Amino acid sequence: MPIEVNGKSFETDEEGYLANINDWEPGVASVMAKEDDLELTDEHWDIINFLREYYEEYQIAPAVRVLTKAVGKKMGKDKGNSKYLYGLFPYGPAKQACRYAGLPKPTGCV
Amino acid sequence: MSEPIKKFLYLNRRAPYGTIYAWESLEVVLIGAAFDQDVSLAFVEDGVYQLTKGQDTAGIGMKNFSPTYAALGDYEVKKIFVEQESMTARGLSLDDLQHLTWEDEDEDYAEKDSIQVVSRAELAALMEDADVVFSF
Amino acid sequence: MSTLHTVNKSPFEKDSLGTCLDFAGSGASVLLIEDAVYGGLAGTRIAPRVKAALDSVKIYVLGPDLAARGFAEERLIPGISVVDYAGFVDLAAEHAKVQAWL
Repeated sequence: MPIEVNGKSFETDEEGYLANINDWEPGVASVMAKEDDLELTDEHWDIINFLREYYEEYQIAPAVRVLTKAVGKKMGKDKGNSKYLYGLFPYGPAKQACRYAGLPKPTGCV
Repeated sequence: MSEPIKKFLYLNRRAPYGTIYAWESLEVVLIGAAFDQDVSLAFVEDGVYQLTKGQDTAGIGMKNFSPTYAALGDYEVKKIFVEQESMTARGLSLDDLQHLTWEDEDEDYAEKDSIQVVSRAELAALMEDADVVFSF
Repeated sequence: MSTLHTVNKSPFEKDSLGTCLDFAGSGASVLLIEDAVYGGLAGTRIAPRVKAALDSVKIYVLGPDLAARGFAEERLIPGISVVDYAGFVDLAAEHAKVQAWL
């Protein structure tokens, strides 16, 4: 089902992931979060932006533990742990945050 | 449930893009990395072409998955074997391949080389030593 | 009018290129596409065979397939030309027929 962002329509797959990663704009994340009753804070955006950079560099959405480790290296151990990340994204940092970031579902996520 | 760690060897023998094998293998490796096994990747014959640097697929309308090999270190895949004989037959040297590394957390994220060039005989021994060989 | 032969398999995996070169008549053209572009590279095990064939046939490589695989034109055997998709179409139009070696 397509989602509406600022009057524009964005195609998504059956699980709600954006069909085309290049379509993404920040408003997509905001709208998706709103549907989940989640208010995006700077901390959320740090992770969303991090995921987009990761995809840009490696062309994949990282698995949860890879994301956790990479966040830990870049933003410090206090953020590179699953408690912090699940606190931000209760449906799972890789699944939920990747979806907001316009990335495909992480490889290996079922 | 602590099962003994097994030695998985992924054997890559196909060139990228012409067939789907290379990408399929890479996906399986990334998925399999979640299982905490002892993982090695071997590149022989046309498989060595998977690791060439400078791949640019803009002109053929396919996803360039060569950057994904650089993520293998993040996935704890630290042993990547490239067969010397296969490179020689194709006029390739290590300089033609991506420089793949992994970071050693125990040594303040020191970067270490993932690629090891091995002879056919050495690779045969690695296959012999593996518990499971996944062939692509 | 002669024949344009196309080959799309890696010469290290299958001998389509060798067979094609054996059959291609003098004055024919051979276009290497997809994994067959590796057959146009200098310094490989099969390069001498390809080089020798240049005496009787013209050999082309499809540029986008070469770039996808990470090789610059300078890596090709001298005498081999690079064409783009439009060049592929021109070659097909210039020849009496196109024969594919799969």
